Amino acid sequence: MNPIVREDFKEILRLVRPGSRVLDVGCGEGGLLELLVREKQVDGRGLEISPEGVSACLARGLAVVQGDADRDLDYFPAQAFDYVILSQTLQAVLRPRHVLGELLRIADQAIVSLPNFGYWRVRLDLLVHGRMPITGALPEPWWDTPNIHLCTVRDFTAVCDELGLGIDACAALAAGKPARPMDPSREIENWRAEAALFLLSRKR
Amino acid sequence: MVDTAGAIPLLRRMSIQQTLRADQDSGSVMTFPADQPLALDSGGRIEGLQIAFTAYGRLNAERTNAILICHALSLDQHVASDHPVTGRRAWWRTLVGPGLPLDTERYFIICSNVVGGCMGSTGPSSIDPATGRPWGLSFPMITVADMVRAQAMLVEALGIERLFAVVGGSMGGMQVLQWAADYPDRMFAAVCIAAAARHSAQNIAFHEVGRQAIMADPDWRGGDYAAQGVRPEKGLAVARMAAHITYLSEPALHRKFGRELQRDGLSWSFDADFQIESYLRHQGASFVDRFDANSYLYITRAMDYFDLAANRGGVLADVFRPAREVRFCVFSFTSDWLYPTVESRAIVRALNAAGARASFVEIESDKGHDAFLLDEPVLREALGGFMDSAAQTLGLQSAGSASPGQR
Repeated sequence: MNPIVREDFKEILRLVRPGSRVLDVGCGEGGLLELLVREKQVDGRGLEISPEGVSACLARGLAVVQGDADRDLDYFPAQAFDYVILSQTLQAVLRPRHVLGELLRIADQAIVSLPNFGYWRVRLDLLVHGRMPITGALPEPWWDTPNIHLCTVRDFTAVCDELGLGIDACAALAAGKPARPMDPSREIENWRAEAALFLLSRKR
Repeated sequence: MVDTAGAIPLLRRMSIQQTLRADQDSGSVMTFPADQPLALDSGGRIEGLQIAFTAYGRLNAERTNAILICHALSLDQHVASDHPVTGRRAWWRTLVGPGLPLDTERYFIICSNVVGGCMGSTGPSSIDPATGRPWGLSFPMITVADMVRAQAMLVEALGIERLFAVVGGSMGGMQVLQWAADYPDRMFAAVCIAAAARHSAQNIAFHEVGRQAIMADPDWRGGDYAAQGVRPEKGLAVARMAAHITYLSEPALHRKFGRELQRDGLSWSFDADFQIESYLRHQGASFVDRFDANSYLYITRAMDYFDLAANRGGVLADVFRPAREVRFCVFSFTSDWLYPTVESRAIVRALNAAGARASFVEIESDKGHDAFLLDEPVLREALGGFMDSAAQTLGLQSAGSASPGQR
């Protein structure tokens, strides 16, 4: 598992209210969902693209639908969930803006985490070597990465503004370190954060 | 390992008005007294209803481990044991049996022949008590809901208040959905494989070809062939041949047969030159030995009439709202063009909209609709995981703990 994802899970576990309804988009083999069901007694559902992932989830007793975040979020009715989770996946979908809109149609709040392409090591790597950066949060070479829509923290907050999404909480993530609350509008954080997690809701 | 008569000792403990007998051809047959008729959607009723079924495994003391398996159009109750007369292999031997996802060492598994069928349950080839002759076309029209109502009567007569699961593929999957719509409180889990919530125009079209083939056979005799001592074998065989194509896929046909010939060179005639022709002829010919033509008409009609949301203004989610507590698992196969994935997706979307607990797996296979009867490892594994976790939730013992030393 990507070490960032482990910190991600901890922070998500902290944010989610006990007993709430949660949809995990791209739930893989159901590790996070199982954790949420066990620790937070949530009513958890999942969407997962691979049949093997869905199989593994079924064996864990989880309710998971096979599908694709780009195409199949319309499986779920409006406001069916308290939270929808998209962990380290937004950068890999075809239509990130559409997906963000769908997340907040389905749920009151969305928990979205992503690698920060503005992280200083990424910038330095590119500046010094002139090649696509490889870091803890971005471990694959360019030709083998699922990430097709990488962005920086500033890019992300700009798109949230355009879509009318409010940022209720934000944390910087790094491998092996506890999540650190941050103000995503501060330029320094766009340098410091290796990855970031956002709690989003529609602005009223 | 399989105990076909598993239901009989159970019934001896109960005071029931139904009569149960073991039958060499059919497994067991439950006969309901005349004052317990089957009420039909068409407005009619069937008195003296007989339901033939098989049962495997043991019902636990709490009666919580029973699974009902619903069979497809041309299949029967012999789900996990070879047919006692024809010797045809158990049709779901890949999924039902000791140690398999539908584990006969852990669950009490029931499979009944649908009403309207021809394997021991009351159907058009049965004798109409009013006339002493086979029903033929005077048999009332039946629906999938009627089939399910008859199953519910059987399950109740067996003393089972709530099934652990209802499982089925194709027409069996339609029955599973109907169960969830009509008896959500009598089931814990539902597994719907390669099915749809309603029959499409294409589904109806293929069935109509089959029915017309049967009715065009001079030996059909307006449905009265049984009384006249003949059988519309040619018509039924053609119906089966046409239907069989819909169960396969182009890649599967190509892989199996291609343009391979039966013998060297063409015959320059209308004999079966191609292997696919010979295969279809064999499928047709062997089907007429085991299936009744009028049953084929009645059951295909029931499937064509199937539209689960028809009475709810077409809103499938409303059908499933009372079934919110049922755990659903829906399966489809990528190459199934008879009941394509889009139909299963519609079911899942409706289940989600109803707030039900739905899981869905689309299995990669090039074997067409028939894949649900074949050994598909992903199906076996996913279904096994689903059943096992549901059983654990319900506190059902695993086979290992029930009978130590067997594994």
